[in-house]
Amino acid sequence: MPADFISNLFVFLLAAFLGIELIKRVSPLLHTPLMSLTNALDAIVVIAAIIIAGRHETKISTILGLLAVGASFSNMVGGFVITDRMLSMFKTAKAKKS
Amino acid sequence: MNPATLQQLIDLSYIAAVAGFILSLKWLNSPTTAMRGVLIAEIASAVAVVATLFDPQVTHYKWILIALIIGAGVGIPLGLVKMTAVPQRTALSHAFGALSAALIGIAEYYVGAPNISKFEMGEIGLEVVIGSLTFTGSVIAAGKLQEILPQRPITYRGQNIVSLTTLATAVILIGILIFHPEYTHVFGAMVVVALLFGVMLVTPIGGADMPTVISLLNSYAGFSAALLGFVLNSKVLVVAGALDGASGFILSVIMCKAMNRSFTNVLFGAFGQLQVSAGKQVEDRTVRSASAEDAAGILGSANKVIIVPGYGMAVAQAQHKVRELYDSLTKRGVDVKFAIHPVAGRMPGHMNVLLAEADIPYDKLVEMDDINGDFPQTDVALIIGANDVTNPAAREDQTSPIYGMPILDVDKARTVMVIKRGMGAGFAGIDNPLYFMDKTLMLFGDAKNFVGSIVRELGGGHG
Repeated sequence: MPADFISNLFVFLLAAFLGIELIKRVSPLLHTPLMSLTNALDAIVVIAAIIIAGRHETKISTILGLLAVGASFSNMVGGFVITDRMLSMFKTAKAKKS
Repeated sequence: MNPATLQQLIDLSYIAAVAGFILSLKWLNSPTTAMRGVLIAEIASAVAVVATLFDPQVTHYKWILIALIIGAGVGIPLGLVKMTAVPQRTALSHAFGALSAALIGIAEYYVGAPNISKFEMGEIGLEVVIGSLTFTGSVIAAGKLQEILPQRPITYRGQNIVSLTTLATAVILIGILIFHPEYTHVFGAMVVVALLFGVMLVTPIGGADMPTVISLLNSYAGFSAALLGFVLNSKVLVVAGALDGASGFILSVIMCKAMNRSFTNVLFGAFGQLQVSAGKQVEDRTVRSASAEDAAGILGSANKVIIVPGYGMAVAQAQHKVRELYDSLTKRGVDVKFAIHPVAGRMPGHMNVLLAEADIPYDKLVEMDDINGDFPQTDVALIIGANDVTNPAAREDQTSPIYGMPILDVDKARTVMVIKRGMGAGFAGIDNPLYFMDKTLMLFGDAKNFVGSIVRELGGGHG
């Protein structure tokens, strides 16, 4: 078992438990924006795609990497745009009047 | 700049990005801080992407920039869809997320093969399988939500055995690859089998189960990204994937509880899902129906009204008319609230977003557990396009297939009004005794038109 695996597992477990604690506290009102936001965060795989495509090792890895860049970046941009839009619609009765 | 310093700077920006992600989820706990949460997530992601472009491993920029532009060109329109289309957009974004994770894993395999250690091969295999099945599963889910594919469950005899055999085949192929990473055709077969399994996973699932399925696919997409982080030894991916996976997991658990289904049942693709039972033969029972005029009269003289929206409201696009009704009643001094069942609609929180879009203040949207105590003091419970989540059989009738499912106690209100197109049963095909109660008035018609007529009777809702 590589040493990297152990340290990654360590980080994974901490992040997963932290994630569970944080997400439990998210208001059910915002569960839809929560999902679109975490989708956008998950699109951070774009950085791995950029590296695979940018290393230019084999033709196939470059093409797959570029496809992944497009797919994940569309998620990042689209996820943030729609989360922003949804959250800007949530107003209280007071805020509406003013 | 010397390479070591550059690498450290890149790593530091990744750490900053991770901190931003965590803060963004923390700030999402309340609508008042949520916007700040999105902003910091945007900054964090931008920092990470820009830092990566400075990575010395990246030597070719032209095509990457083109891919980024195309990605943005696809992503922006997908971010601007109507609120009613949010569930399918979400399913599609799970598909894109899983696709990119799978593609990167595949690329990593082709770069490394055949010099891949057993351990690494296991990681890549698992990552690619989960990514691929999540991709096709999400595409099917999006197709069902967009109604390109039929929403009803598609089932056949022996389905569970076929599906589980397919999954087992994928696992066996990973096993073969661990010992023979040079078998590239086996790798290809593994990807195909995983893609196929994704299709099998979601086709048997019906529309009303979509909130659970979307949450589950969300969690799979997250975990495939985290696994990719293990493969590439990238801690940012591990953390982002773990957060996304945890979020999908929690939402799945909430959805399961709200439908009274076991978590393992859904984890395995809801294979053992609720079978549509013919139900007891219903003897001739009478329902009382009423006109928009009657309904307007009762609503207008009520003190306290609770509106229960369901998927039917979304289908009829009635949310804006519902807002007019809300305005009109509020102006008359009626206390109007909305009762939100966790699985109302096609994804977690769906009703809240639709009603917020229609400009209904979010402090009037109340979750099931917080509002159930209010029904006995409520004059009118007005149900618009919801069925099973209001079925008192879930509380009282032990033989009912939905027995035990938490419901909104609308039957405790003084008067119950149900806007419904006809007497058809709900998703589960279950008879709803609510409709035959003496205090229930059935308002037959299209939700949008009917609510519009009530508003007209009340004397206009604009302003």
